[in-house]
Amino acid sequence: MLRRTTTISDIDAPVRLAELLDHHDYLADEGVTTAAYLALKMGRPLFLEGEAGVGKTELAKTLAAILDAPLIRLQCHEGLDAAQAMYDWDFPRQLLHLKAAEAAGVADVAAIEGEIYDRRFLIARPLLRALETQPCVLLVDEIDRADDEFEAFLLEVLSDFTISVPEIGTISAATPPVVVLTSNRTREVHDALKRRCLYHWLEHPGFDREVAILRRRLPGCAERLAADVARTAGRMREAGLVKPPGIAETLDWAEALLTLGAVELDPALAAATLGAVLKHREDQETVRALGLLTPGGGRG
Amino acid sequence: MADDAAVTGRGGHGSGPGPLASPGGGPEPVAVLTGFARTLRAAGVAADHHRTQTFLRAVGQLDATDGRNVYWAGRLTLCAGPDDLPRYDRCFAAYFSAAFPAPRRVRATVVSVTRPVAAAYGGGEPEPAGETGAPPATASEIEVLRHRDVARMSEAERREVHRLLALLRGARQPRRSRRHRPSPHGGATDARRTVREILRHGGEPARLRRRVRRDRPRRVVMLVDVSGSMAAYADTLLRFAHALVRAEPGATEVFSIGTRLTRITAALRHRDPGLAMDECSAAIPDWSGGTRLGEEVRALLRLSDPRGAIVVIASDGWERGSADLLEAQMARLSRLARRVVWVNPHKGDPAYRPLTAGIRAALPHVTDFVAGHSLAAYEDLAALLAGDRPVWARGRGGADA
Repeated sequence: MLRRTTTISDIDAPVRLAELLDHHDYLADEGVTTAAYLALKMGRPLFLEGEAGVGKTELAKTLAAILDAPLIRLQCHEGLDAAQAMYDWDFPRQLLHLKAAEAAGVADVAAIEGEIYDRRFLIARPLLRALETQPCVLLVDEIDRADDEFEAFLLEVLSDFTISVPEIGTISAATPPVVVLTSNRTREVHDALKRRCLYHWLEHPGFDREVAILRRRLPGCAERLAADVARTAGRMREAGLVKPPGIAETLDWAEALLTLGAVELDPALAAATLGAVLKHREDQETVRALGLLTPGGGRG
Repeated sequence: MADDAAVTGRGGHGSGPGPLASPGGGPEPVAVLTGFARTLRAAGVAADHHRTQTFLRAVGQLDATDGRNVYWAGRLTLCAGPDDLPRYDRCFAAYFSAAFPAPRRVRATVVSVTRPVAAAYGGGEPEPAGETGAPPATASEIEVLRHRDVARMSEAERREVHRLLALLRGARQPRRSRRHRPSPHGGATDARRTVREILRHGGEPARLRRRVRRDRPRRVVMLVDVSGSMAAYADTLLRFAHALVRAEPGATEVFSIGTRLTRITAALRHRDPGLAMDECSAAIPDWSGGTRLGEEVRALLRLSDPRGAIVVIASDGWERGSADLLEAQMARLSRLARRVVWVNPHKGDPAYRPLTAGIRAALPHVTDFVAGHSLAAYEDLAALLAGDRPVWARGRGGADA
């Protein structure tokens, strides 16, 4: 079957984007759909903030799948610098080139100098690669983990989608990439960066949507089990845990239960698989103490 | 649930005419939309000119007769954080009231109570933005003021202490960063710069370049208790926090604690202490309430990453919630943070004994337990954060209970 690639201009309304997201198993609510639609149409970076596991990174992956474009991911960490995020010179190759030229007896120093700072000796790191790949989706993941200096680099790149390399000149994107930035909000990101972006705060999904996601991602999951898991997860999120479960954890949990042949959430199986959804001992104790795993507590 | 109706991605709630389709010579759409942005600005959302332009462009991309589209276009372009969202929802509902209801938000709406800081002292005049005309105190007067309890000061004396607090050196203990800087003497080989140097010399081996790790200021996360029992100290503590933020804006986070945890770092970034205090009082919704320390430390652990930071908790430890919860959260905090400093203004009183349930639960997990009642105590705290030798070891009257 010949697959036609979807381009941004094919997506003419948020409803159409919702259908495409749905087709790629990302069940988005109205806010996410509108946010992604505007980001595509306005060529603005999309800044997604929310607790871990609400589907921020997944949205970028799904957009890449919809546009059939490569996903270029930049995982942020403290000390991330221009050489790791933008570009770096391939020094060993430059040296080899120099030695080769010397061995060949090339005397024109100026020409060699020009040659060793050629584009082919430049190693493109994620940001430069994103400008040179079209189309593509650039995911700048967990920007709150990077430091202020890096935000300054990023602001420069996202302002006009150009990177200037002193030895070569300015490299710019013919069409700007689709950019998704995510943050878990462990640190307040500078307002100048946010202003360049569309800002969306993602919440955990509601009960119905979580059931729909579980059933979509785990085809063998019965309605009853999905509802039990979603309801208990919802209660866990309200119990003020150290690490409330995100969608990834609920999916893991449902899958673990499914593997053990559960058709509904019974307390014994729930207790046995609790490690799939809660990764802190304190949280497991809290949930047990609140009786969320017993039929009365999980249902109610 | 509005949330679930949206599974299909269709915004089916925008019944009735939108605000932009106002028939019969209504105001122009652009004027209506910029008016909305202005309303938001007045409510404290940073919807500046740049964001307003983006908002107009976003509305242009959508079907603007559907109110839900206008709602989302505005929320996506004019808001900058979760704290803005309740305000946005309120403004949207008020501004476009008749046209359509704002979509329901899952989180509870925060009711902001604006209350001048000085009122926390019981009837004091709000601080003027600038400094008053009173002449600064002389050195000997400062020396006397330095050790007095701020709760027992006159308004003028407190103003003088606040002036001195604004001058406090908010330096920070350094920590080794992951970034490097060139170093002429020693350190690891800097391959990149060395090879560059070789290239510059046409491939001839050149001098080895070296680099060392750069030092960065250690992050400080400060929690200021603004509950009723701390009312006499809250203003001074916030001014101390202001001095910290001003000294290292990139390495300081400040939260107010009371019945809820509120991030007030942005409010404290103002250069002028008076303006910063005004912003704070507008931002803090729970002045003079109770304290639920356990829940708030837990909220802090979720909202902020205290790894490697010095966490300063300024509170008298009057815990309304469960001491067990506080104990568990403090234990977790002490495992993550570099150092946990508890500042208790009452510790300045020689008769003080840490007997409240909250303090007793917290103390085993606290690195330093210090006083915070006088200018001298704040100077000591600043020295502690700067990594200087602890000055209170010198012994100062009641400071060592």
